[in-house]
Amino acid sequence: EKTRKSFSEKINELFAGFREIDEDFFDDLEEVLISADVGFDMTIAISDVLREEMRVRPGRTGEEVKNIIIEKMVEIYEKGEIDLPVINENPNGLTVILFVGVNGVGKTTTIGKYAYKLKNEGKKVLLAAGDTFRAGAIEQLEVWAERVGVDVVTNAAKSDPAALVFDALKKGKADHYDYLLIDTAGRLQNKVNLMKELEKINRIIEREIPGGASETLLVLDATTGQNALIQAKQFKETTNVTGLILTKLDGTAKGGVILAIRQEMEIPVKFVGLGEGLNDLQTFDPEQYIYGLVKGLVEKN
Amino acid sequence: MNMAFEDLSDRLQGAMTKIGKKGKITEADLKEMMREVRLALLEADVNFKVVKDFVRKVNERALGSDILESLSPAQQVVKIVNEELTELMGGEQEPFVFAKKPPTVVMMVGLQGAGKTTTAGKIANYMKKRENKRPLLAAADVYRPAAIDQLQTIGQQLDFPVYSKGTEANPVDIAREAVEEARLTGRDLVIIDTAGRLHVDDVLMTELKNIKTAIQPDEILFTVDAMTGQDAVNVAKAFNEQLDITGVVLTKLDGDTRGGSALSIRSITGKPIKFTGQGEKLDDIEPFYPDRMASRILGMGDMLTLIERA
Ligand SMILES: Nc1nc2c(ncn2[C@@H]2O[C@H](COP(=O)(O)OP(=O)(O)OP(=O)(O)O)[C@@H](O)[C@H]2O)c(=O)[nH]1
Ligand SMILES: Nc1nc2c(ncn2[C@@H]2O[C@H](COP(=O)(O)OP(=O)(O)OP(=O)(O)O)[C@@H](O)[C@H]2O)c(=O)[nH]1
Ligand SMILES: [Mg+2]
Ligand SMILES: [Mg+2]
Repeated sequence: EKTRKSFSEKINELFAGFREIDEDFFDDLEEVLISADVGFDMTIAISDVLREEMRVRPGRTGEEVKNIIIEKMVEIYEKGEIDLPVINENPNGLTVILFVGVNGVGKTTTIGKYAYKLKNEGKKVLLAAGDTFRAGAIEQLEVWAERVGVDVVTNAAKSDPAALVFDALKKGKADHYDYLLIDTAGRLQNKVNLMKELEKINRIIEREIPGGASETLLVLDATTGQNALIQAKQFKETTNVTGLILTKLDGTAKGGVILAIRQEMEIPVKFVGLGEGLNDLQTFDPEQYIYGLVKGLVEKN
Repeated sequence: MNMAFEDLSDRLQGAMTKIGKKGKITEADLKEMMREVRLALLEADVNFKVVKDFVRKVNERALGSDILESLSPAQQVVKIVNEELTELMGGEQEPFVFAKKPPTVVMMVGLQGAGKTTTAGKIANYMKKRENKRPLLAAADVYRPAAIDQLQTIGQQLDFPVYSKGTEANPVDIAREAVEEARLTGRDLVIIDTAGRLHVDDVLMTELKNIKTAIQPDEILFTVDAMTGQDAVNVAKAFNEQLDITGVVLTKLDGDTRGGSALSIRSITGKPIKFTGQGEKLDDIEPFYPDRMASRILGMGDMLTLIERA
């Protein structure tokens, strides 16, 4: 028996016996959005816009209402400017990318997948095993480096991650790598000391590379609920987060909280993770993402 | 505690202020307060269906009681919400089940990155300290890169043996042989670490069923990240339907999440939450306290004081 009931199926149900747009309708719509983790405020923002639309021009068809929902969501995400999810490069040499996030979201795996992508583009890639804390973290990145066929800088478990990052930066520059991808230990955003450690890593990068890291990517797990919004805010405060990566979208969770994050902050989603294999990293496309959320209802008509 | 959202008592006070002090409240006022209860739970990531049922229940109780005559209706509602929530969370702490004839066999299951491997080490550590057990850890995750190294490192840190057969072996065989090994070496607790998997991955879910059939575990602990959002119900339901789990471990509660998924999981599966993870260290495990979780979801550390004032 299938327990999975997708967002789009639910929206379809909502429009199935298309009915009068009354308070019950809005209640149902709100539930559909909330079940995708879009969050209460964002959900209300979307439904308020629709309410207003219906008030101004009543008597719309179900099809029209659907289109407004999609339009509005894309509009909210794009905020009037279409951000291409490009990764900034350092024009003067080594491009440093720092991966940060809470425990178990998929940082190390994403580095493996991204290294594979870069290598296929002909780039010379170096990995830095900056998680010296978690059991097996160094070995995990080593396995990925071998799988992809790129080099990795490691140091002993429990050693100072900032020192490791320093070594990796030296090697990256000396041996003319194009990219240095730095793995960091998972840390919850409310752990002050661990967040300070990220600041220290940043200072070292800034000292070695004028302008610092080209990207600091915050990895978010699509399964996470409203706490992801707090994660984004807190990480943004300590490290200059330049982009988000939404992992585990191959499950049934939708990661709708990125809409709320996007509404409050200027951080675009750059990649999405769709599995545990080398090829399971895709460039984020907002229209496709939102279309994915409401796919069934667009295709049906 | 998470300061991003208002707590329920503030919300209810706010709603009452909006209504204006009238001494008595009407059914309409109560409706307004229920709206606030609903919002607070949704912001805490409680699944919307669970919220609906819960609010209906609270509303009935509030209507049936003498709340409408009460001088401090907000506190009364908080009290009812808290009682119902604690009740739903299981009321009492549920004990860990040991086998009548050792070894006790425990299987860790859950989504990727939930905290299974770390929790396997924590439970082993806890049972050694509290129950004087002699644990054996078993490495049945042959998929995640370096999963075996991770468990072995944890085993070394705790000085417990780790049974592994590398990544080429079949997880069902690993689990079966680990239990056999425990019998032979006089280990009275076997904790089997399995790979993270999606609840919709039929192949890997079948693998878990096969492990279960092979070793007949005393505990199947569904390990879940406390930060999980609305999808928690889908995941928990699927794991429970396919494996008939015996309990839940809620991890990463040292964060600032409200942890409303705990309520969703509990009400969807009916299975008790047995442990909580409170950090990355191998000592950071606690039994589950239903009343604490209820206060946390509502964001109310000081709830008891509030109720006393009522
Ligand atoms: N299904 C799925 N699993 C993923 C995805 N990305 C990562 N994972 C899995 O999630 C688990 C955790 O991934 P890691 O890469 O170790 O996460 P991390 O953020 O580095 O974890 P810590 O270093 O412990 O904080 C692993 O089992 C990964 O295989 C994804 O896009 N989809
Ligand atoms: N802060 C905190 N971190 C935790 C807790 N439990 C586990 N972790 C961390 O969460 C991450 C994932 O933990 P694992 O034990 O590797 O999770 P897993 O379920 O075995 O992951 P897979 O095997 O990849 O599915 C690691 O960084 C752990 O240190 C906890 O209670 N609090
Ligand atoms: Mg990692
Ligand atoms: Mg594991």
